[in-house]
Amino acid sequence: MASEIHPILCIGCPSGCGGEVVVEDGKVTEMRGFTCDKGKAYAAEEVVAPRRMVTTTVRVRGGGLPLLPVVSEQPVPKDRVLDCVSQLRAVELTAPIAAGDVVVPDLLGLGIRFVASRSIGAAGEGYPL
Amino acid sequence: MHEPYYDVVTIGGGPAGMAAALGAREAGADKVLILERDRELGGILQQCIHNGFGLRRFQAELTGPGYAHRYIEMVEKAGIDVWLDTTVLATAPGGAVSCVSPTGGPQTVRAGAVVYAMGCRERTRGAIRIPGSRPAGVFTAGAAQRMVNMEGYLPGHDVVIIGSGDIGLIMARRMTLEGARVRAVFEIMPYSNGLTRNIVQCLNDFSIPLYLSHSVVAVHGHDRVTGVTVAQVDSHFAPVPGTEFELPCDCVLLSVGLIPENELTRSAGIHMDSVTGGAVVDQFRQTSAQGFFAAGNVLHVHDLVDWVSREAETAGQSAARFAHGALGGTGGALAVSAGAGVRTVVPQRLVPPTGDEKSVRFYFRATQPLQPAILALHADDNVVWQRRLRVVKPSEMVVADIQVATLFQGAENLTFTISPATE
Amino acid sequence: MGGTEAWSVPPRADVVVIGGGIVGAAIARELSRYQLSVVVLEKAPDVAAGTSKANSGILHAGFDAEPGSWKARLNVRGSQIYAQIAEDLGIPRRVIGSLVVAQNADEMVTLEALRQRGISNGVVGLAIWDRDQVLAHEPHVSPEIAGALWAPSAAVVCPFLATAGFAENAVRNGVQIVTECPVTAVETEAGAVVAVMTPRGRIETRHVVNAAGVFSGHVSRMAGDDSFSITPRKGEYILFDKAVSHLANSVLFPTPDKISKGILVSPTVHGNIFIGPNASPVEDPEDQETTPEGLAAIVAGAQRIVPDLPVQAAITEFAGLRAVAGKDFVIGPSPMVKGLVHAAGIQSPGLTSAPAIAEVIVESLRDTGLVLRPRPEFNPTNPKRPKFIEQPVDVQAALIAENPLYGRVICRCETITEAEIVAAIRAPGGARTLDGVKRRVRPGCGRCQGGFCGPRVTAILARELGIAVTEVRKDSAGSRLFFPRSQGAVGENEHA
Repeated sequence: MASEIHPILCIGCPSGCGGEVVVEDGKVTEMRGFTCDKGKAYAAEEVVAPRRMVTTTVRVRGGGLPLLPVVSEQPVPKDRVLDCVSQLRAVELTAPIAAGDVVVPDLLGLGIRFVASRSIGAAGEGYPL
Repeated sequence: MHEPYYDVVTIGGGPAGMAAALGAREAGADKVLILERDRELGGILQQCIHNGFGLRRFQAELTGPGYAHRYIEMVEKAGIDVWLDTTVLATAPGGAVSCVSPTGGPQTVRAGAVVYAMGCRERTRGAIRIPGSRPAGVFTAGAAQRMVNMEGYLPGHDVVIIGSGDIGLIMARRMTLEGARVRAVFEIMPYSNGLTRNIVQCLNDFSIPLYLSHSVVAVHGHDRVTGVTVAQVDSHFAPVPGTEFELPCDCVLLSVGLIPENELTRSAGIHMDSVTGGAVVDQFRQTSAQGFFAAGNVLHVHDLVDWVSREAETAGQSAARFAHGALGGTGGALAVSAGAGVRTVVPQRLVPPTGDEKSVRFYFRATQPLQPAILALHADDNVVWQRRLRVVKPSEMVVADIQVATLFQGAENLTFTISPATE
Repeated sequence: MGGTEAWSVPPRADVVVIGGGIVGAAIARELSRYQLSVVVLEKAPDVAAGTSKANSGILHAGFDAEPGSWKARLNVRGSQIYAQIAEDLGIPRRVIGSLVVAQNADEMVTLEALRQRGISNGVVGLAIWDRDQVLAHEPHVSPEIAGALWAPSAAVVCPFLATAGFAENAVRNGVQIVTECPVTAVETEAGAVVAVMTPRGRIETRHVVNAAGVFSGHVSRMAGDDSFSITPRKGEYILFDKAVSHLANSVLFPTPDKISKGILVSPTVHGNIFIGPNASPVEDPEDQETTPEGLAAIVAGAQRIVPDLPVQAAITEFAGLRAVAGKDFVIGPSPMVKGLVHAAGIQSPGLTSAPAIAEVIVESLRDTGLVLRPRPEFNPTNPKRPKFIEQPVDVQAALIAENPLYGRVICRCETITEAEIVAAIRAPGGARTLDGVKRRVRPGCGRCQGGFCGPRVTAILARELGIAVTEVRKDSAGSRLFFPRSQGAVGENEHA
């Protein structure tokens, strides 16, 4: 099987580096141009099994705010991102909530926890928005 | 009327205001106050629910609210006073800060030093003059982000994004995840104005096309937006006849740049930099008005909150030193200019070093993309420092620390340039 | 005003005024002095939705119009009575004078002709200034100019607030203004008006005032009068940031051509400056689109007067339509239908003339048989609404003590408090939409154009009107701003 060359732009940090990954028979055989180990690790994974961190919001009852931002503790397989967001849309919590509280312990059997990005106190502050 | 005194007052409780307040506290300021107009601390971070914040500051990949949360906890622990729902109306020489709130009424706070940390606002449709009708459904990306992420409402279901600024890219992904269709992003420049990582994970991941050198030349619709006309532009940004095409949509989001919010600074008569849109400051972030400092997006628009925090910490520490009489005024400054290839440089002035600091940190933006490039410092006519940069983009701030000994060699003018380097 | 009231029309009225622009509102307010039942029908969601909201906002001195024309007589009369009206109705107004700038000796000749015409029209204080006098008053005007005609009585107002001021006072004095209520038919019997039809019901009446702006020809033909028709003529404008308001101290006109007064540079009453309008005939009476060509033309025109105009300081642009019937206004009883009175074809100087038009129309109605008995309880004034930021600190403290919402600034650019926004919504004939709030108290008119305050004003509107955020509109019925966030799975939406 012929080798494939995948140009990859790294999302590991804001520097925006990139390079090429050479894949032969489904295996990475060569990496060109990446500037750090983290970038190489990202690129190797990106060509075989890409993953993304997922952030979205869930509804909150009785809180000072109607929505709680949540984040995955680990990256999720890229092709399951939409499924995760879709599932989380049906979740509703009750205030108060503390930053780091587990919102869903294992979403879609991926073994990944979703946690609260911030705290939300009980309703009471009278700000219009 | 009783006028409370604080050593340092920060105007704004976003990332810059909180970091400045903490910096002031660390540098020995006893009484520190944050004035925040919103219902909570955190500023724009609270609506930036995506991750990618804090890699430098906390060596962790945090969400915007997560980054804000860490700072809010530090502010609480440090015993810093916070007045929420409070708007500052004016600042006056000598450190009088006039503010207003529903519970406190109009009040004047006396400050030993003031840090401006009001952040920035988004450029609007009017500022870029898109012709056409004025229907509902045209929003700045940040306003839409607040509605979606904090209030739970959608600005539309079929979206066109004008401008490739980071908030626009982030909203392209957000709207897609919320079930909307995002047709395309149109950027008038021949290069993107957002971070590469956002192009990859916000557009490429969802097959959302990015059209460079394209401009929306008309918005259509009477009640609600029904579509836009797009055209390719030439090197003078004029639409190329015959390249127009129409795209239906019910929502247009604008991500066409950010402008430092300097009403207070300007009305205080402080010297401004017309390119950054912020005040002219020295390495301590002191403005042309003694005892008034500025940091974060109110000074120059950053792309990383980590740098905002660092810069604001410096401003807060300096403010505390000023309040205690340990930092001088604004005299005897050496001008720092942006030369060829450099659009902005901060700080724009250097005052004689106080003895503690080893180096000065400079922030630059380039005028055009280069790969690779040389960033050079010219003292009068001599190059006294240079660094090779692998890649330079106008959208990504360049940061460099330069030794005090290099900067203060008796030159009258310091100028930075960015020029192409050979491979 | 309760919701049901706003959504129904009365079965009969002494007078039906069609159109809630500056002319209709001024006529309604004039009629409210008398013991009459008066209904104003407006097809848009708010008053001043057409020509009245997008024009130059200038109270002209009155030297342009042909002596003896309606325009000349009503302009000068309007200009004279506005001071008292603005005071009574709380309409912001600034007398700043105007200069008609001549670029050369030929145009100086035209200026002298204008001056003579102004004198015949009864305009006082006109003077020809030489170049140095002009530059002393207006340092940013092109040094190439030859001179100018100075008219000290010219003033600026906010045309929307002028209309809203008349409308509010009319409502306070018993007039019913029904918005989103287009007229579908004007019924006649034996050549006389008997009723007006709307989607919300029929109103029996013997007196109809046609103040329908660009639609006034259409309304006239509905009643069977085809004595005139309207050609909408579009004018585009650009509004600039307050940071550049030093560029003009008075209204700066070019020397006029035959079609219009030309592209001018002028301060607004709120302290911005604007440039415009151009003049292009359009087919569609709803066409309020700005065009690249139009905007380029007004920039070029304005730069002939003020060469250093910084285009990047623009904060918004907009377009409005003039209702052109011919050279003059169409004022007075219909020549074909009894009971129909026209206040039509009102283009510039319509804003200035409106209160004088109202006087003439009321006399017309008297002549056509309407009995006018003064109403002793008529109150000519609207209550004053303090602008928080303009008050001294002790007044600010008192305002907040009475109403804490004065202490919450919603609009950063213009420093407008929540209390002012709430008052604009709760006023008689008050704001129902985001644009309605914006036009009354100006959040969203500053340089951020609502980027920060828009979502907050939306929430305040929802709370005050008792509706969902998703029901709040920008303006017209189809202009809702936000949609509910989907709660189902993503796949259930149409996904690219």
